[in-house]
Amino acid sequence: MKTTLTSLTLALGLSFATINAQAADYAIDTKGAHASINFKIQHLGYSWLVGRFNQFDGEFSLEDDMSKSAVSVTIDTSSIDSNHAERDKHLRGDDFLNVDKFPEATFKSTKVVPKGDGKFDLHGELTLHGVTKSIVIDAYKIGEGKDPWGGYRAGFMGSTKLKLADYGITYNLGPASTHVDMELHVEGVRK
Amino acid sequence: MLKNSNSGYGWVSITLHWLTALTVIGLFAVGYWMVDLNYYSEWYQTAPHYHKSVGLLLAAVTLFRLAWKIQQPSPQLLGARWEKHLAKLGHIAFYILLFSLFMSGYLISTADGRSIEVFNWFSVPSMGEWIANQEDIAGEIHEWLAYSIIGLALLHALAALKHHVINKDNTLVRMLSPSTSQQPTLNEEKE
Ligand code: HEM
Repeated sequence: MKTTLTSLTLALGLSFATINAQAADYAIDTKGAHASINFKIQHLGYSWLVGRFNQFDGEFSLEDDMSKSAVSVTIDTSSIDSNHAERDKHLRGDDFLNVDKFPEATFKSTKVVPKGDGKFDLHGELTLHGVTKSIVIDAYKIGEGKDPWGGYRAGFMGSTKLKLADYGITYNLGPASTHVDMELHVEGVRK
Repeated sequence: MLKNSNSGYGWVSITLHWLTALTVIGLFAVGYWMVDLNYYSEWYQTAPHYHKSVGLLLAAVTLFRLAWKIQQPSPQLLGARWEKHLAKLGHIAFYILLFSLFMSGYLISTADGRSIEVFNWFSVPSMGEWIANQEDIAGEIHEWLAYSIIGLALLHALAALKHHVINKDNTLVRMLSPSTSQQPTLNEEKE
């Protein structure tokens, strides 16, 4: 009897533990816009052209044991915004993102490798322009804790470099502009 | 000779007609060509600049043309009843297509609040973004309208040739010079 009780409490406790672990899941705060997916690419080799994606969605978990963390993000490619309508139209067209055909880009982590000091390598599959490739995002956790409005938040930042041709985007922007730097600024609210 | 009569067009209408015809065909050709230009083409910036400048000037010319048309007599249409109806319909469709083209083109470039420079001569201010992704939607419409107006122009030209070759009336020649409409055909000139 006693043993069954213990095992019951244990089981309960365990399931609580898993619930707790799930409670460390965060929804990216796109509603409050405390998240941003930015890119920059060289213009002719003379300067950086900066833009971002205005619409995306995602969730992540950041565990104390970093390696158990996970991230997934879905980007609405047509929300690309480089602060110039004519250019954005071109970027959405079939020379670049072809958003009619590929309305979404997704990232799903496969593995997190902690590097200490909150830094980690975020391995995952990026699907962009219909092409899926494994990438590594160089990331670090910035912080977590209670917010002033009764919620609990955590956030991290990540960056990676993509070769456009790897994703079948081959419009010639010149030799200095074959790669694009991606920056992921994320804050999540615990679910 | 400048003004229209009941049987023919004056020089103002004739000039406006052919100026518009040439300009519309030119705008179509340049538009079709410029959207596929290589980034390193020397025309990459100038072709769209000319396209927009000429397009907006044509808009002004077309406004004047419409005002002129309204306060001038319209030469009687020639041909069978159904032909006259169709001709009238076609001519109205031309004006609708033209203004829709001007508007959709304008809405592409001004979606981000930027104004359009007309030959570095004056600039037409933006009226802002009316709908989300305005540049894409306006662009799609602009493309369809452009093909439609060329299609209609083709029918229009075939109809004019048919009048000339088959009906042997002066529909075509009276759009070339006012003098050719002096010989009254089947109109009230004699009254
Ligand atoms: C009769 C008048 C016009 C004709 C026949 C015409 C025709 C065209 C054509 C065929 C294209 C290429 C469409 C495509 O393949 O995407 C185009 C593009 C364009 N037109 Fe026009 N157009 C006219 C007037 C205008 C005006 C008045 C403006 C602006 C004030 C304008 C602005 C544009 C712009 C910005 C594009 C480029 C769209 C892009 O970047 O993809 N057009 N036009």
